[in-house]
Parts: sequence; C-alpha cells; structure tokens
Amino acid sequence: MVHLTAEEKSLVSSMWGKVNVDEVGGEALGRLLIVYPWTQRFFDSFGNLSTPDAVMSNAKVKAHGKKVLNSFSDGLKNLDNLKGTFAKLSELHCDKLHVDPENFKLLGNVLVCVLARHFGREFTPLAQAAYQKVVAGVANALAHKYH
Amino acid sequence: MVHFTAEEKAAVNSLWARVNVELVGGEVLGRLLVVYPWTQRFFDNFGNLSSESAIMGNPKVKAHGKKVLTSFGNAIKHMDDLKDTFAELSELHCDKLHVDPENFKLLGNMILIVLATHFSKEFTPQTQAAWQKLTTAVANALAHKYH
Repeated sequence: MVHLTAEEKSLVSSMWGKVNVDEVGGEALGRLLIVYPWTQRFFDSFGNLSTPDAVMSNAKVKAHGKKVLNSFSDGLKNLDNLKGTFAKLSELHCDKLHVDPENFKLLGNVLVCVLARHFGREFTPLAQAAYQKVVAGVANALAHKYH
Repeated sequence: MVHFTAEEKAAVNSLWARVNVELVGGEVLGRLLVVYPWTQRFFDNFGNLSSESAIMGNPKVKAHGKKVLTSFGNAIKHMDDLKDTFAELSELHCDKLHVDPENFKLLGNMILIVLATHFSKEFTPQTQAAWQKLTTAVANALAHKYH
C-alpha cells in the first residue's frame, strides 16, 4: 500500500485538477513508445509508429493514452487501495496482454517527465516526490496479480 | 558500446548549451535527496537536509551538484567512449564511496525531470529519448568497474 502524507495527497490532487487528462495521456504514451521503442511491440495494430511525429500524431496512440490515464485517475481517487483498484487490470496485463511489469515503471517515469514539462517550476521537488510515490504504487499494484 | 546517432548527439548538445550547470546541478542533486530520501545517507557531512527548503538551499548540495553535473558535461564530450571516461569514477564509487549503482539511474532520471521543468518547449520526445539514452549509458559506465 502506498503511504502519502496529507500534504502529499493535497499536492497530488491539486496538481491533477489542472491536468488535461486526455491530452497528457496521449503525450505520455507517445513518449513511452519513442523513448523506449521496444514498447511498440504491444501496439502492433496501431498503424504508423515509424517516426516520433507519426507516433505523437497517431490517433490510436492518443485514444489509448487517454484510456490509460483515465484509469490512472481512478487510482488517484483510491490511493489507500491501489491493489484493489487495479486487481482486474493486473490480471489482464499478465494473462491476456503479457506485458512485462517493468514497463509500468517506465510509463510512470515518462508520466512524471510529462508533468514536469507541463508545470515547470510549479513541479516542485515535493510535488515530484509525491507523484514518484504514486506512480511507483500504481506500478506495484498493476504487477500485484502477476504469476 | 552505446551508439548515438548524429541526431541524438545534436539533440543532447543543443540542450546542453543552454544549461546553467551550477543551477541545474544543484537542483538535480537536491531533488534526488528529496524524492529518494535514502540517498541522503551518502551525504552525512552536508549539514541540514531536514526539509525540502533546507536541501534545496544547502550550499554543499549546490556545490556537489555542480561538480556532478560538470562531470556529466564531460560525458557529453565523450559520448562514444563513456566506459573509459568514467572508469576512475566508477572505481571510486565502488571502492571508496560504496554507492549502489541503482542510484546512478535515479540521478539520471532526475536530470531528465529537471531538464523537462526548465525547457518545456525544447524537451521534445526525440530530445527526451536522446537524453534517456545518455543518462542510462552514463549510469552503466559508472557501474562498469564494480566488483
């Protein structure tokens, strides 16, 4: 279970309130596919991923990024029960999608980078620390049902 | 050996030219100590590290951050030969400083995040990819002499 102090929870939700979840989702997923190109193997059916511009403007990448980040949003509403919240998705990623759970940490890191880029100075060390804790917690929850 | 394309080298160098090494170095090391508090164990004699503002304002943190990032600047001049460039530092971090090499990856991630906060427009996916490759390669080079 991830333990955030009251201050950290407040930092996370106040910042998240300013995030355009749909856009940031597409950007985070797109950057994952560019920065860690082997992750493209999970998205064979997405069409043209041949250049960074193709990836970032790909409609399926944007749509899936939006889906992923909306799911992350759910996690943020249930920080005291991430394992429960992500149990089904964990089983899906293990049994059907066969995704190495290391990739959840990579996506988490990319998301933190995207937030840093959007918020600049406002992404203080404490905000970063809080978000780093959250993405690690979500990554662990998503790996929890793996067998 | 890690191979950087001409584009990747150009992306790294063009951003590096705009980096204030003193400022960014201090911020990178400070954030490491805030976000991953266990890393403070390596800096026992740095004085007050008890809060975010204490860490970020600590003159020893700033000075050491500048030293670390200056060394990183050396890496950028020797991107084709990182293992040799960091051979002595690798031995130092293993034999004298006893630093778990996992921490080099954490510091590398910190560099990316600080660059993202400072250079939101220039921190394109391609630039992020090039810098991720570089920080990973430097982390590996620093771990190379470990035994």
